[in-house]
Amino acid sequence: MTAAVRFTLDGQAIDALPGETILQAAQRVGIDIPHLCYLDGYRADGNCRACVVEIEGERVLAPSCCRQPSADMQVQARSERARASQRLVLELLQSDMPDGGVSPHTPRSELDHWVAELGVGAPRFPRRAQPAPDLSNPAIAVNLDTCIQCTRCVRACREEQVNDVIGFAFRGAEARIVFDVDDAMGDSTCVSCGECVQACPTGALMPARAAANIDSDRVVESACPYCGVGCLLSFHVKDDTIRYVDGRDGPANQSRLCVKGRYGFDYIHHENRLTQPLIRRDDAPKTTQILKPADLPRHFRVASWDEALARAADGLARIRDRDGGQALAGFGSAKGSNEEAYLFQKLIRTGFHTNNVDHCTRLCHASSVAAMLEMIGSGSVSNQVADVSETEVILIIGARPTVNHPVAATFIKNAAQAGATLILMDPYRSDLARHADHFLQFRADTDVPLLNAMMHTIISEGLHDRDFIDARTEGFDALAACVADYAPEKVAPICGIPAGTIREVARLYARARGAMIFWGMGISQHVHGTDNARCLIALALLCGHIGRPGTGLHPLRGQNNVQGASDVGLIPMVYPDYQPVGDAQVRAKFEALWNAKLDPKPGLTVVEIMHAIHAGRIKGMYIMGENPAMSDPNLNHARQALAELEHLVVQDIFFTETAGFADVILPASAFPEKTGTFTNTDRRVQLGRQAVEPPGDARQDLWIIEQMARRLGLDWHYANIVEVFDEMRQATPSIAGMTWERLEREHSVTYPCLTDGDPGEPILFRERFPTANGRARFVPADYTHAAELPDTEYPFILVTGRQLEHWHTGSMTRNASVLDAIEPEPVVSVHPEDMASAGIVEGGYLVLESRRGRLQARVRPDRGVQPGTVFMAFCYVEAAVNLLTNEELDPFGKIPEFKYCAVRLAATPKSARETLA
Amino acid sequence: MKTQSLARQGRFRGRRAEPQALSEVQALIGPAPWRRDLLIEYLHAIQDHYRCISITHLVALAECLGLAMAEVYEVATFYHHFDVVREARETPPAVTVRVCESVTCAMFGGNELADRLEARLGADSRVQRVPCVGRCHAAPVAVVGQNAIEMATADAVAACVQAGAVQPAPTAHLDYAAYRKAGGYALLAACHAGQHTADTLIETLTDSALRGLGGAGFPAGRKWSILRGQPAPRLVAVNIDEGEPGTFKDRHYLERDPHRFLEGMLIASWAIDAEACYIYLRDEYAACRAMLRTELDRLLADPPCALPRIELRRGAGAYICGEESAMIESIEGKRGMPRLRPPYVAEVGLFGRPTLEHNLETLYWVREIVERGAAWFASHGRRERKGLRSFSVSGRVQKPGVHLAPAGISLRELIDEYCGGMLPGHTLYGYFPGGASGGILPASLADVPLDFDTLQPHGCFIGSAAIIVLSQADRARDAALNAMRFFEHESCGQCTPCRVGTAKASLLMARERWDLALLEELAKVMEDASICGLGQAAPNPLRSAMRYFPEEFD
Repeated sequence: MTAAVRFTLDGQAIDALPGETILQAAQRVGIDIPHLCYLDGYRADGNCRACVVEIEGERVLAPSCCRQPSADMQVQARSERARASQRLVLELLQSDMPDGGVSPHTPRSELDHWVAELGVGAPRFPRRAQPAPDLSNPAIAVNLDTCIQCTRCVRACREEQVNDVIGFAFRGAEARIVFDVDDAMGDSTCVSCGECVQACPTGALMPARAAANIDSDRVVESACPYCGVGCLLSFHVKDDTIRYVDGRDGPANQSRLCVKGRYGFDYIHHENRLTQPLIRRDDAPKTTQILKPADLPRHFRVASWDEALARAADGLARIRDRDGGQALAGFGSAKGSNEEAYLFQKLIRTGFHTNNVDHCTRLCHASSVAAMLEMIGSGSVSNQVADVSETEVILIIGARPTVNHPVAATFIKNAAQAGATLILMDPYRSDLARHADHFLQFRADTDVPLLNAMMHTIISEGLHDRDFIDARTEGFDALAACVADYAPEKVAPICGIPAGTIREVARLYARARGAMIFWGMGISQHVHGTDNARCLIALALLCGHIGRPGTGLHPLRGQNNVQGASDVGLIPMVYPDYQPVGDAQVRAKFEALWNAKLDPKPGLTVVEIMHAIHAGRIKGMYIMGENPAMSDPNLNHARQALAELEHLVVQDIFFTETAGFADVILPASAFPEKTGTFTNTDRRVQLGRQAVEPPGDARQDLWIIEQMARRLGLDWHYANIVEVFDEMRQATPSIAGMTWERLEREHSVTYPCLTDGDPGEPILFRERFPTANGRARFVPADYTHAAELPDTEYPFILVTGRQLEHWHTGSMTRNASVLDAIEPEPVVSVHPEDMASAGIVEGGYLVLESRRGRLQARVRPDRGVQPGTVFMAFCYVEAAVNLLTNEELDPFGKIPEFKYCAVRLAATPKSARETLA
Repeated sequence: MKTQSLARQGRFRGRRAEPQALSEVQALIGPAPWRRDLLIEYLHAIQDHYRCISITHLVALAECLGLAMAEVYEVATFYHHFDVVREARETPPAVTVRVCESVTCAMFGGNELADRLEARLGADSRVQRVPCVGRCHAAPVAVVGQNAIEMATADAVAACVQAGAVQPAPTAHLDYAAYRKAGGYALLAACHAGQHTADTLIETLTDSALRGLGGAGFPAGRKWSILRGQPAPRLVAVNIDEGEPGTFKDRHYLERDPHRFLEGMLIASWAIDAEACYIYLRDEYAACRAMLRTELDRLLADPPCALPRIELRRGAGAYICGEESAMIESIEGKRGMPRLRPPYVAEVGLFGRPTLEHNLETLYWVREIVERGAAWFASHGRRERKGLRSFSVSGRVQKPGVHLAPAGISLRELIDEYCGGMLPGHTLYGYFPGGASGGILPASLADVPLDFDTLQPHGCFIGSAAIIVLSQADRARDAALNAMRFFEHESCGQCTPCRVGTAKASLLMARERWDLALLEELAKVMEDASICGLGQAAPNPLRSAMRYFPEEFD
């Protein structure tokens, strides 16, 4: 670290910190130098020249945003000469604004600010011809009539987000911003992350429909309700409506957002929000039919909270008292806060007297967690996403972070551009492949042989870390014996990757000084999902690639609070902090804390609960914020189960597909309508703050859970959320040191945070693993197949997943106007060769059919899928792909095989909607 | 208003490369691996073959190179010699006729020629008004395809178009064998054989007072010393993007004696122990390009000693790429936008490496200076100036052309002793001493010494020593407007003072009455706050016109 540099600015001595530019040093001591193309955190480009200063001894003025001062440099920012240039630059730009005046698109134009600040008068220059607006993107309005060519948007798109859509094309006075090859923004590859909007200083890029051309009443610092990345953001509220959203400088997002976080908020103001408690009408018996919001009045009637809560609780109590607690079950949600999840599982365990409580973690990373608990004693990530900036090799397998963790993907792309080696392994060729040094498009279902072949290479070439293996692990011999059978040459024809490539990436990974492995549900959602994860963990252990900065394991968590909901016990086999329900000592502790008798038997998991309903063993359910009528595999089966329930209470913000099977529906609060803590994929506990009130008579979920608890005989009296949080801390040692005040102050705290003031530990397993003997254990895995392989009758492989704009079952995003406008209809991705052989034309429709169900949807030509494979997201009720998926489970994680089943496809002339009509 | 026009119908947002376009592009750019820095060469390959670059080819090229579409599009649209077309019907006609509209050609009827050709030529050709093509001594100039027609008439141009005479006339140059026979490359071989040291060579250059003859005038010896102090690997880049209106000396030397500068380049490369040499040649010099390719191949096939890697790169119609850092960007396959300095090219240049960048002529003199001694070169000069200058003279003189004359010669002497005097009926009114960017001096200053450093007090500079002589038939304000339009056309668009300043100045200067005060304010911000020399020098002719020719504004 070099010392500060003393220089003189307008006669004032200033000590510039190492690396600081003149502009930054001036800003720090409170001297304003006008600037437009400079934006904190962005590479200084020095193009606008509004910040030019006079440096003694230099012929021309220098841009203060790019120049670092040298010792004793004499700088004038407000001399007559410097000011003359600053003013004229502003005047030149102002002369090309509409009518030479202030920006009509934003009240926060930085150009207007500086023009006023420096007292620049009416511009004296002729005006330029103005370009037409581009309103083709439902999220973003492009009005280049206020563009000043500062290229902040280019840097936002290319250097920050690395979406590489915006270019600075043509030259001279013709130079302008373009999207791709000068296509309309809405026709371009733009993913509508809106980073360019956040970067634009003059309103040339703004939220569509002038949504942000306002002065907001208040700005609420909160978090994003969607994925596990955990971006922090600001809700801009006017007239009790969220008008627009900006990214703020959270540790996981550094002000970045994606399209969902930035433009997917207006679902909370949707007309279909539930605003009153509802009770099933006596003349409307349950069927397996999926009800739409329009059907609601024919099946439900409005009730008071008193009546609804009484009906809801009484039905459950009746079953409990008649058939015992095992006849009940509860689904919580990874979308709720930690406090909600904690209270919900406590309610099930103490009010229902059963451990039959689970949530959608079962459908995403249950197998990953099973393998991690088994091998390294912990189910959470060892390192944070941010570690990609200090690693040498990034291995991503079975994940599409550009779609499912878009902001995390930006940091991965940044790292790749900065020189890290990116190895991408996936049956699907995603956008990320362009940034990868090695892309291995292996055959679906062959993860285990591929990874075993990598380990085979590492061991046979002596690249494994013997010291680490000796000191920190056990069971190496069994692993070595297992992978000995998986020579790359033998595996190559199985997984479709040349042996040389397998060896090369194995060597790259093994030899790296630091390496991170990221994986997603391409790994976990298989009947061999646990085996897949075992191989990844073994790979890291084999090379000693765990427990150091930039070196570890990171299963990318899906929901914004799937980590937290699991941490606080919203799973059937463990209490908060993964303390087993079967352990008598643990149980005694919780019986004391909760003052209740607890069931020693682990509960059933999501799909098991559905089976138990069919079998008549479970008769009543309380479902908070989950939508199994869309998210479960083999939906006909799942919906049948829901219809068979004697009593179902659904607590949600919309009349979801699941709510259609309810006896009582309790209208709840959306994310921005309540305060709570949420734990992101990095183990960061972050605060979501209430921005607006729930609509109508909808209530906050904590209140509803407490009311239900009381009516089920529990004596609950939480004065506020902090009391819930404090009790939760007692139950969860890993966050015991975290205080509410600190969260309010710091917004984000990483756990383990064991004692008050503990800074939090971003890297786990530095010295030992949290296993009985402190060692990690190798668990070898052999190649097994998917439960249902393609055959002549069903020749295609169906892979399901998500897409960028829609969240899971679509209950939020399909009610978010911008997101639904961007992706309005169900599509199935098919390779053009398969389209041709099936006679499906571009823009046409297809029928997709498995042994369990069928659907109709539009075809999407996609060279990213391998021939013989089709892909579909599960967010579309009108073409719910989970009708087709297979409910076969991984034996350890109990996760269904969403990533593989056999289907057939055929062209059809009409969409599902047209067919129905 | 732009609205969504590509019907989604389930498709992904945005374009995807089409298999046919991919195979067409790959057929032109050869097999992988492809290099990002060769992007402009690949674009040329497509443009040459299809007479344009279609969006589908552009998207396919991006896919091949693993680049974003925007990255390829922004480069393709930066360079004026690429015709990026959205629809097949926009494909340009078979023949493009480029008519120079820069200062000298405009004085000799270039604009009228273009008018006539537009009216006369059929649909199978098109007329483009283009900036200086580097043949100002023979104004007006038109280029049919790649065939330059000097002292062009509409008849001559039309005949060429009709005959399909689009290939350049071959150059009559000293080829590799002849050059070697005459003692060429002996010095280079001697350097490699240890008969010279880099230090003595640098000393010789320093003593000779050889300066950068591209226009900046940086002492050559000092530049080599600086490079030797930089970490390896180091690179050499040769600037033959001669585009300053009025300048044609580099072409003059290149098309006569190409190996002389190549030997200078290779000696420089040896002296700084460079890894590779890059030669950047403006696209307008098509005949030179073909010749240089041939001669380089001959050199490489039978080298006099070990050679560094040599790459010949082709410009694509952008004056700004004559700016040293813009040229480096262009060689890297990017938009030719000048870099901010510091850091300097000598420290962080091509591909981030320390780079010795020289104009062709600077290297051209190296061999002769070493062979004849520093004193020989330094002994030339008048009025205490040292060395020789290659003046590109055009305008109202009897014998325009490249004249090698002593540094410090005055314009009057240059005209009288070298150019055979003024054209009959023309009297000296003023002159550009250094191309369009060097400003304009009045006849009253025809006796000042012409050299680096001598003209600054007069608001001008010698630059590339391109002298355009004006007579009573010309107006300084017209010449200044012509120059300003040139800069507007050639501004890279990066910084506000230049991008907006040149455009506003052109509009203001096109008015009958000039707002002198506002133009002076504008000139000041352009000079003070532009990133590079283009914007900083662009107001020179404007200011000269106001300063020396006030009667034109009465």
